[in-house]
Amino acid sequence: MLALLPPLAFLPPLIVLCPLAAATILLLSAGRMPAPATRVLAAGAVGLAAVLTLWLAVRFLSAPPPTHRLDVVLWHWLRVGGFDARIAFTLDPLSLVMMLVVTGVGFLIHLYACGYMRGDPDVARFFACMTLFVAAMLVLVLSSDLLCLYVGWEGVGLCSYLLIGFWYAEAANGAAARKAFIVTRIGDAALLCGLLLLATRAGGLDITMLLQPGQPGGPVAEAAAALLLGGALAKSAQVPFQIWLPDAMAGPTPVSALIHAATMVTAGVYLIARLHPLFLAAPTIMAATAVLGLVTLLLAAGSALAQTDIKRILAFSTISQLGYMFLALGTGAWGAAIFHLVTHALFKALLFMAAGAVILRVHHQQDIFHMGGLGRAMPGVFAAFAAGAAALAGLPLVTAGFYSKEAILQQAWHASPLLWAGALLGAFLTALYISRCVFIVFLGPVRTAPTGRTEASMAIPLAGLSVLAITGGLIEMPDAIAPVHLLFRLLAPVLGPPPAEGGAEGGAGLLLLTGALAPLAGIAMAWVLWRPRAGTAAPAAGELARAARAGWGFDAAYGLLLVRPFLALGWLNRRDLFDRVPDLLAAATRWGAAVLGRMQDGRVRRYAGWIAAGTVAALCLAVRP
Amino acid sequence: MTAAPAQALLLASMLFALGLLGVLVRRNLLFMLMSIEIMLNAAALAFVAAGMRWHAADGQVMFLMILALAAAEAAVGLAILLRLHAAGRPTLDADTGNRLKG
Repeated sequence: MLALLPPLAFLPPLIVLCPLAAATILLLSAGRMPAPATRVLAAGAVGLAAVLTLWLAVRFLSAPPPTHRLDVVLWHWLRVGGFDARIAFTLDPLSLVMMLVVTGVGFLIHLYACGYMRGDPDVARFFACMTLFVAAMLVLVLSSDLLCLYVGWEGVGLCSYLLIGFWYAEAANGAAARKAFIVTRIGDAALLCGLLLLATRAGGLDITMLLQPGQPGGPVAEAAAALLLGGALAKSAQVPFQIWLPDAMAGPTPVSALIHAATMVTAGVYLIARLHPLFLAAPTIMAATAVLGLVTLLLAAGSALAQTDIKRILAFSTISQLGYMFLALGTGAWGAAIFHLVTHALFKALLFMAAGAVILRVHHQQDIFHMGGLGRAMPGVFAAFAAGAAALAGLPLVTAGFYSKEAILQQAWHASPLLWAGALLGAFLTALYISRCVFIVFLGPVRTAPTGRTEASMAIPLAGLSVLAITGGLIEMPDAIAPVHLLFRLLAPVLGPPPAEGGAEGGAGLLLLTGALAPLAGIAMAWVLWRPRAGTAAPAAGELARAARAGWGFDAAYGLLLVRPFLALGWLNRRDLFDRVPDLLAAATRWGAAVLGRMQDGRVRRYAGWIAAGTVAALCLAVRP
Repeated sequence: MTAAPAQALLLASMLFALGLLGVLVRRNLLFMLMSIEIMLNAAALAFVAAGMRWHAADGQVMFLMILALAAAEAAVGLAILLRLHAAGRPTLDADTGNRLKG
């Protein structure tokens, strides 16, 4: 019986192939496939990938290979001199966790999108990009070679562009797509430079080879780590590259859930966790990662507090939560970062999809101050959103977000109490802004009456993710509550042994208590400020609130410092100086032709004259002494 | 009296220049054809003179060939001329030939 099963190595390429094949078919169908068929194909392909991944996980975990990794070399891409690039997959616990997130959450989002995108004429293009995105993300997390990883990295960037600008008829959506593409591209360029630097130093980009102990440190290692960090910052929307993510909400809501919450933006976190020995060799870069993460976390949380658009609240919240992950990475808590990545993927996808369900029911109204009292009209969606919000806020003990955030807070305390204090303030702000959103949208008087009902294909993913957002944290708990360390133990072969906790002297318990109190305080304060009878029916109008709503002026500053000078340069060069050189050549040729062409006027006598002149000239040359 | 080859060559080049001048300045197609005949004969004379200089028969052979060539050229040229006339062209002006019409 066992011999009938395909070998384990057969599965990872097959899992990548499922969404890739669906994307190819959908793209080639050119929109001629009937809409129900596209839905079945897309959701089915990603669902099949999810089932195969689950099966793979069960088989991998029940009988792990001796080195906890499985290499699948598909083919040699290029072999130049000593440089060897392969298309190869490596299955290890880290990529397995990422695959589970990508295919699992991805499948639920595709299911949701079947309902959400009903009636859209371009549904085939939509699902083609979505499935292509899943395929690219799978390539990214499975690659054993950084060059191959870069292919997936660019693939998700491309799909992100295509999906943000999905409703391209509106100019603003196209602008948002271009902004996202260009900003992440700056990071991509940095990443590529980092890869080339690594390749010239190590003679290849195979991850295992790069991470072998005994790599020389020094300025080159620091530079390489800094460039890799630049790529990760742009992809994961961290300061100073965070400006693209709020605008990326121009895409359909399932896109926001899939790309800008659950998967693509986590690519940067994955990259750093995967290459963590390189960062360990560069302590200043590690410190910069932690500080940038903390700054992002606080700035974005402050912005989220002042937003009025429900999707923008969630967008800034995503940036802020990614800041937590970078803070964890910067303090060397790789496992905690991945743990938060997983729980964040669950609850943020849930929040986005619940928000999408709300938006559909209230006639595409996105301003929370035009909603209100929706809890009575749509209790199911309210429950789902509340579950996601509780997980995001980190409601103690009963939510996934609590455990993952707690793991990060513990690590931050051991790295520096200052980082810990910042992260704690962030936790407070997180609870504050998401509670504000919940109170204003779902409680109080009804401002826009909802219509219709949320269909089953959208309700099922919401229910499933609600359960996961509540219980997902039980796989990993601090010692003070229960010594459950499933995830850290699973990841140990890749990320090193889990860090020891504060010990038994009670410090850990106290930290835990403080970490649990911060979200509670946030929720309490939100109740005081925005409870239904608090009389806040309009957004705050202060100077500070306005600055926060505009994302602290990053957009304006970049517009002034980078975009305007660039446009001015473009205006100066609007006649394209470098085009003048070939133009000159063309003009000279045209002039010469006009002059010489006059000889050919069809008069025989002139021709004879030219022949005579030519002959005389030739004779003169021939008899020249 | 026998002429020296050099004198014959001089005569030939004078004839050639005369013919060329005729082709260049005359606009009447008939006269241009006649000028071309003169140029051909000048070339033929040069061949004969060269044959005399080296005591070889080749020069006279070439002269016979040029004679045949000139006859063919005159036949074709006059035929074209007649066709032009038959097509209703009112003039023999070579400069109107670039219109390639009628």
